[in-house]
Amino acid sequence: MAQTTVNLKSNTAAPTNWKTWLGVAPFFLFAILFLFLPSLRLFTASFTDIDGKFTFDNIIQLFSEPFIVEAYKLSIQISAVTALGGGILGFLLAYSVTVGGLPKPLRSILITFSGVASNFAGVPLAFAFVATLGRQGFVTHILKDYFNVNIYDAGFNLYSFIGLSLVYMYFQFPLMVLIMAPALDGLKREWREAAENLGASTTQYWLKVAMPVLLPSILGAMILLFGNAFGAYATAYALTGGRIGIVTIQIGAQIRGDVLYNPGLGYAMAIGMVAIMAISLAAYSWLQAKTERWLK
Amino acid sequence: MSFMSRLRRFPFWSWLWFVLGALYFLLPLLATFEFSLSWDPEIPFKAYQRAFEDKDFWETFMYSNVLALTTIFVSIILIVPTAYWIRLRLPQARRFVEFITLMPFVVPAIILVFGLIRIYSAPVNVPFTEIQLMQPLTNFKVGTNILIVAGYMVLAMPYMYRSVDTGMRTVDIATLTEAAQSLGANWFTIITRIILPNIRSALLSGALLTFAIVVGEVTLASFLGVDAFGPYLFLLGQHRAYEPAALSFVSFLLTWFAMGMIQLVTGGQGQAAGAH
Repeated sequence: MAQTTVNLKSNTAAPTNWKTWLGVAPFFLFAILFLFLPSLRLFTASFTDIDGKFTFDNIIQLFSEPFIVEAYKLSIQISAVTALGGGILGFLLAYSVTVGGLPKPLRSILITFSGVASNFAGVPLAFAFVATLGRQGFVTHILKDYFNVNIYDAGFNLYSFIGLSLVYMYFQFPLMVLIMAPALDGLKREWREAAENLGASTTQYWLKVAMPVLLPSILGAMILLFGNAFGAYATAYALTGGRIGIVTIQIGAQIRGDVLYNPGLGYAMAIGMVAIMAISLAAYSWLQAKTERWLK
Repeated sequence: MSFMSRLRRFPFWSWLWFVLGALYFLLPLLATFEFSLSWDPEIPFKAYQRAFEDKDFWETFMYSNVLALTTIFVSIILIVPTAYWIRLRLPQARRFVEFITLMPFVVPAIILVFGLIRIYSAPVNVPFTEIQLMQPLTNFKVGTNILIVAGYMVLAMPYMYRSVDTGMRTVDIATLTEAAQSLGANWFTIITRIILPNIRSALLSGALLTFAIVVGEVTLASFLGVDAFGPYLFLLGQHRAYEPAALSFVSFLLTWFAMGMIQLVTGGQGQAAGAH
């Protein structure tokens, strides 16, 4: 690497030979060792039966074993609900501080807060919600003492689907704010003026101009939120201690000890998850490319 | 129409959404703080005192900080030269490398640790033979440390790469490199004395984000059996009430600190990570 000679020519017109590729070799080596090999191992193992022979059985069982189908269904439901809920709340918040007419300083407060909250997850987040909405939680008590509403008598349970969804929302909607605020900034003032000059009402402007432009980035962001919730493990584990049967929790149980009594099936479950994440990411980048046409 | 135009002049709805969002943000923090203070009315900060008195807290917390710093350091060594080289000489590798840096989004932490354990709990052999080069990485302390730092580097890679790459976009790398080379600088000098100082705010933002991901991370740490802060806090929560609340609040302040610093150095572009 100690090339001390002045070599201006090769800087301007760099002929790429194998030596040039050596510069990125450490990076590729790292990616192979700690990203590709582990993923590949799970992939091949999910097509292998207990005797080490090739099989499709594990993949087929993913769709037939009720226990696994249930786990995927629950994960997909939670991810979809929190992506939608977080997406809507996040969009409205981003709207309110960009084009919604709130004072400027609130915007930077909201963006900083969103940066913090979207990174505040895992064990501390679970504990914070136990202190908030647990049986003896702060908000639970306020609702009981001042509004005479006992949410636990009404069927609410923090350690259930709805509870976990509320916890996930805490990092979901801030992420939406972070993605949507720049997109909303991209709405050009001229579009609005042009629409108004042509006699469009505010509603018409939003429905016919702003929304079509924003829609790909809204959808893209929501897909990102979906993946964000789908891959979450620590928060759910810390909150429920593994009692809620989402895919990540089941995979965790499978790593700790072969709870499915079939290692291959555990690998197949992991690969199924990677497949869903890959589809979401592909959809996101496709929508992102569409967005860039208008919002730059 | 009149409703919408009134709405524009008087942003009632905007305020409503903002207040709603603010409540969602703040109530859990307020509740955690309030709960952490409620142990003993005589000594309001008892939970914090007790939590900080625990030797295990300091050990695991320091350990997590060392892991975070190591991850940041090795990530910079790996990613800065790569991003630099791609901008300077290998633009055709750009899309491919960017694709790789996005891979961690597809492989969540739980899957990554699953794969890492399955690969590295086997001894390393000379290919196609039974001659053992090294015992399984998961079997000894240095080995698990290597694995967990590598895992954290993977988790942080999308953010680190993007920070570094964005930082380099604003710097004329080719000219700087030519100037340095014509003065006789070697590659090491160019990267450490020219490139790094020029992208320091991007580096700092990537580093702080990595810090926020690593300190408090649970999934990798608990499955690899590393005594880090995340698993410690989780276990503490199994049998104590007030100290975990106090430490959760402290974690929040730490995240706040890291993100606030990023805000300062990048001038307002928030970023999001995912150690969920």
